[in-house]
Amino acid sequence: MTSRVTTFTEPAALRWQSVSPAAGAAMLAVLGLLSSDYVTTVLGFAFIYAIFCTGLNFFMGYTGQASFGQSAFAAIGGYGSAILCTDLGWDPVLALFATMALSGVAAVIVGYPTLRLRGHYLAMATFALGLIVYEITIEWTSLTQGYMGYAGIPPLGIVGFELPTVKHQLVALVVLALFGVAVANRLRRSRFGRALAAIAGSEPAALALGIDVARYKLIAFVIAAIYASAAGSLFAHFVGFISPEVFGVTMVVQSFTMLYLGGIGTVWGPMIGAVIVSVLPEALRGLKEMQDIAYSAILILVLIFVPRGLAGLSSLFARFRRNTEPL
Amino acid sequence: MALLSVDNVTKRFGGLVANQSISFDVGDNELLAVIGPNGAGKTTLFNLISGFFPPTSGTVRFDGRDITGQPSHKVAAAGLVRTYQLVQLFSQLTVAENVEIGSHRVTRGGVGGALFRPDWFRREERSVREGARELLHFVGLEGQADLPADKLPYGRQRLLEVARALAAKPRLLLLDEPAAGLNTQETEALADVITRIHRGGTTIILIEHDMSLVMKIAQRIVVLDFGKKIAEGTPAEIRAHPDVIAAYLGGTEVVDA
Ligand SMILES: Nc1ncnc2c1ncn2[C@@H]1O[C@H](COP(=O)(O)OP(=O)(O)OP(=O)(O)O)[C@@H](O)[C@H]1O
Ligand SMILES: [Mg+2]
Repeated sequence: MTSRVTTFTEPAALRWQSVSPAAGAAMLAVLGLLSSDYVTTVLGFAFIYAIFCTGLNFFMGYTGQASFGQSAFAAIGGYGSAILCTDLGWDPVLALFATMALSGVAAVIVGYPTLRLRGHYLAMATFALGLIVYEITIEWTSLTQGYMGYAGIPPLGIVGFELPTVKHQLVALVVLALFGVAVANRLRRSRFGRALAAIAGSEPAALALGIDVARYKLIAFVIAAIYASAAGSLFAHFVGFISPEVFGVTMVVQSFTMLYLGGIGTVWGPMIGAVIVSVLPEALRGLKEMQDIAYSAILILVLIFVPRGLAGLSSLFARFRRNTEPL
Repeated sequence: MALLSVDNVTKRFGGLVANQSISFDVGDNELLAVIGPNGAGKTTLFNLISGFFPPTSGTVRFDGRDITGQPSHKVAAAGLVRTYQLVQLFSQLTVAENVEIGSHRVTRGGVGGALFRPDWFRREERSVREGARELLHFVGLEGQADLPADKLPYGRQRLLEVARALAAKPRLLLLDEPAAGLNTQETEALADVITRIHRGGTTIILIEHDMSLVMKIAQRIVVLDFGKKIAEGTPAEIRAHPDVIAAYLGGTEVVDA
């Protein structure tokens, strides 16, 4: 897996970059509030995926590692929240934090042995993890209801104060996704973020500078798992129903598309990619049978002409403007 | 007491003995050169000292502590920092960011600090940035701070690697052929940098093929040939050593230096 690390200390002149995506997210939220519940739902999925991908970006973007099994942690979050809230009557927020902690612990247990593997071996080990958890969600029917799926999950709420409509929930999801990006931004611009970038750049060099490569990989993996878990829990509450397919291979493929389209290794790329990949098929619905072809063509064109992802576009414009300024 | 003691270390790769019973000491603030023909086992010796892999037998002591077989990041954290024979930069990051990463060993900030950004964290980040700027000035790269590292000319990449290692404030710096592939001017600039690092109080072990560079700046030289130490002494002693002259094809290379 080639890593594309972009610089993590952005010059002051580019600060507007972080304002505009946040404003964009807020505008989308407003748009969602003014539109039909269907549009609101699509946007809700987009921001849930934004959280998932922002987490995955820690491991795949900042640290330059490959994981095909992150859906496993979304499944832990989703099923964990479903069971705790529906069967045991837990408060959704409490269940959210509990399953995030559980996923973090699971990531340590799984990651400790596998992160010593490199490249393809690590990718295969994580892929196996995704498959194992998928099988568990199918087979352990007494806990997960198997193929039937788990229904009747209560909507998100804060200590008894429920968010009754999808529109309320969309606002909560946008706020949470922006919070997730803010956390990523702070972590990246720090000694911790530099250590991850060092691993992506050259493991031998990182080791020679005293960076405990195995430990930092594990921390990045755990952070990714915690984000994935939160996304899984939020999905469960948002839809009210989950089944094994939700956390299957499609989720992995989908999130990779989002990461690369939006800009892997950038702070805003995961969210930009998540929104576009979620909204684009809906926007192309009018094309009927041409929809899939148009969707694929757009993805391919973006990857050809903006190989660093759409988040790289703004800095491209900034550079263009600088270059055209009179000396 | 010696800062580094290499005691009887041997490294076998299958049937090949890359290092055979090598011993030597390096004192505080010494500048020692390790020379020898291609394949003599110089890089292997660095790998053993820096914990990149463990020796088959023998011990390595650093600052009075046995570090034999310790993982490389722990050895580095103890203050023994190396560079590689092939440039290993963080090529997608800027020149300044490369050096900032180098300060990992001498800073503390973790996830908590990064999230909540208390005063000590901000101070530390500021000193990391300022330290990087000073080091770039020290090696003469101040004009290229914001350039991606892989856009630097090769000779300057080697200087950047040295600056990055210095950011870790090493007690012992191992440089593996830092002048390889450099032209005369670049080699001179590098020699000047190494001399200034040494004068600043840092102990250095230098692997180098460029004899004129070695003879000019080294205080003491260890010579390896076919995995064995065949000589040790001052530049003058090494230049006159019959085994060394024999190892270097009749000695033209050494005598001409
Ligand atoms: N990881 C390894 N596995 C197997 N053999 C190795 C390994 N590393 C080095 N060798 C062998 O050990 C011997 C010494 O290699 P080393 O790289 O230490 O030489 P060197 O003195 O640094 O040479 P050069 O001047 O070309 O850099 C060589 O024969 C090399 O092929
Ligand atoms: Mg070598």
